[in-house]
Amino acid sequence: MTYTADEMMTVSAARALRDGMTCFVGIGLPSSAANLARATHAPSLVLIYESGTIGAKPDRLPLSIGDGMLAETADAVVSVPEIFNYWLQPGRIDVGFLGAAQIDKFGNINTTVIGGDYGNPKVRLPGAGGAPEIAASCREVIVVVRQNHRSFVERVDFVTSVGYGSGRTDRERLGLTGAGPKKIITDLGVLEPDPETLEFTLTGLYPGVSASAAKERTGWDLAIAADPEIIAAPTPAELDALRRFQGTQARSHQL
Amino acid sequence: MAEIVSLAEAVERAIHDGDAVAMEGFTHLIPFAAGQEVIRQRRRNLTLIRMTPDLIYDQLIGAGCARKLIFSWGGNPGVGSLHRFRDAVEHSWPVPLEIEEHSHAGMANRYVAGASGIPFAVLRGYNGTGLETLNGDDGSVPTIKPISCPFTGETLTAVSALRPDVAVIHAQRADRTGNVQLWGITGVQKEAVLASARSVVTVEEIVDELDPRPGAVVLPGWTVTFVAQARDGAHPSYALGYSVRDNDYYVAWDAIARDRETFTRWLDELYAGRS
Repeated sequence: MTYTADEMMTVSAARALRDGMTCFVGIGLPSSAANLARATHAPSLVLIYESGTIGAKPDRLPLSIGDGMLAETADAVVSVPEIFNYWLQPGRIDVGFLGAAQIDKFGNINTTVIGGDYGNPKVRLPGAGGAPEIAASCREVIVVVRQNHRSFVERVDFVTSVGYGSGRTDRERLGLTGAGPKKIITDLGVLEPDPETLEFTLTGLYPGVSASAAKERTGWDLAIAADPEIIAAPTPAELDALRRFQGTQARSHQL
Repeated sequence: MAEIVSLAEAVERAIHDGDAVAMEGFTHLIPFAAGQEVIRQRRRNLTLIRMTPDLIYDQLIGAGCARKLIFSWGGNPGVGSLHRFRDAVEHSWPVPLEIEEHSHAGMANRYVAGASGIPFAVLRGYNGTGLETLNGDDGSVPTIKPISCPFTGETLTAVSALRPDVAVIHAQRADRTGNVQLWGITGVQKEAVLASARSVVTVEEIVDELDPRPGAVVLPGWTVTFVAQARDGAHPSYALGYSVRDNDYYVAWDAIARDRETFTRWLDELYAGRS
């Protein structure tokens, strides 16, 4: 079966989730990945949306975190202060998915401003949303982002969410309780932090993608693992489940 | 006790030029009808507060109602950018827009502090982020400061309370004495109303009696200033039990807002009562 780079990325993100985990989900690719995991290998995955729906079981992809289906299928619906204070901040949630406009080699993320200075930016991005606390407090973080020179930069223009700061000891020094980003999943492969330096290193490639192509599309001198894993292509079952879900977004439009 | 009035009268009496106004609704029950009435009444120099400024704030900003925005995530959810918001920040059109930004947790806790009658809230997630540097050093009013826990010495972040002049929300129902009931995703509406000096609540319907609903938030009528019926008042957003998101509107907005001319035509239609 043929598949797109985005489908490979979504499947790769879904595989990173284990059954029974609690997962803090945003709309877009993370929501597709989490719902794909729940439909395939992780039926007991607990989906938590920042709109306060805990244990949502959507049977189609929601258009936004305000979709009534999330509230109607949830184990509990709580207020926004409660979702952040009682559920996210204490470290109750296993894994948080984040996107990024810019990311650096220590997994620090920018979704605030690009270019110029803060008061007079070239591009104004949406801002922080729930990301800083997800990055701080989820037991671990998975970042999903397309890899290119604009997104993979030597230095982010603004630190919206902290990865490993400037290296080894920063998270502990800053009092950030979660372990930080464990994977960056891109449209080319997977990066993981070096166990010593915490610098993100290419450890996996999708079929047909070369390490030099990944290096070429990175704005810093990308370290490459000695023998990067070749990640298996999406199975027909994974693709079928994903496409079935994506078809449902059209249904969400009409409801 | 809340006064039950028309939407036009509620906006006329509750919201004045220069006010700090929080229109809340966390992607569900967004008070679109009330926001558009504010545009029609041509309020100016507002400080607009909202965790997720989306289309209604893009419309208010493009119409020139705001001089400042306090927020945590500004986008067209599931679609893309807010072009009027970006034009105001990047090019000061139609007027310059001052920014005060936080994370969702920061904003939610600022409302909690305001509703609780204390001057600040405390959280952990800002440590090491760029948000920490937005602490008033540029001459703006500081709203983010490090704080040391008096018991453990741990360094956390204090964020100042939000105390809007007016909260504006949309709910499913009210009774004839102005008790308000909302359910489903209830967001931060209760905290926004209790943090504010005045409030305007639009509702889908006004009923004789509010029968209990699982997970509902009830705001007693004496905590609310004005209740106005506005059927479909959350359109194009969701109102659980009444209507679902009109996604075509969100997609169409992207094209309207992208360009100053198409936006201005949309605004003229709104003033003329045709949109």
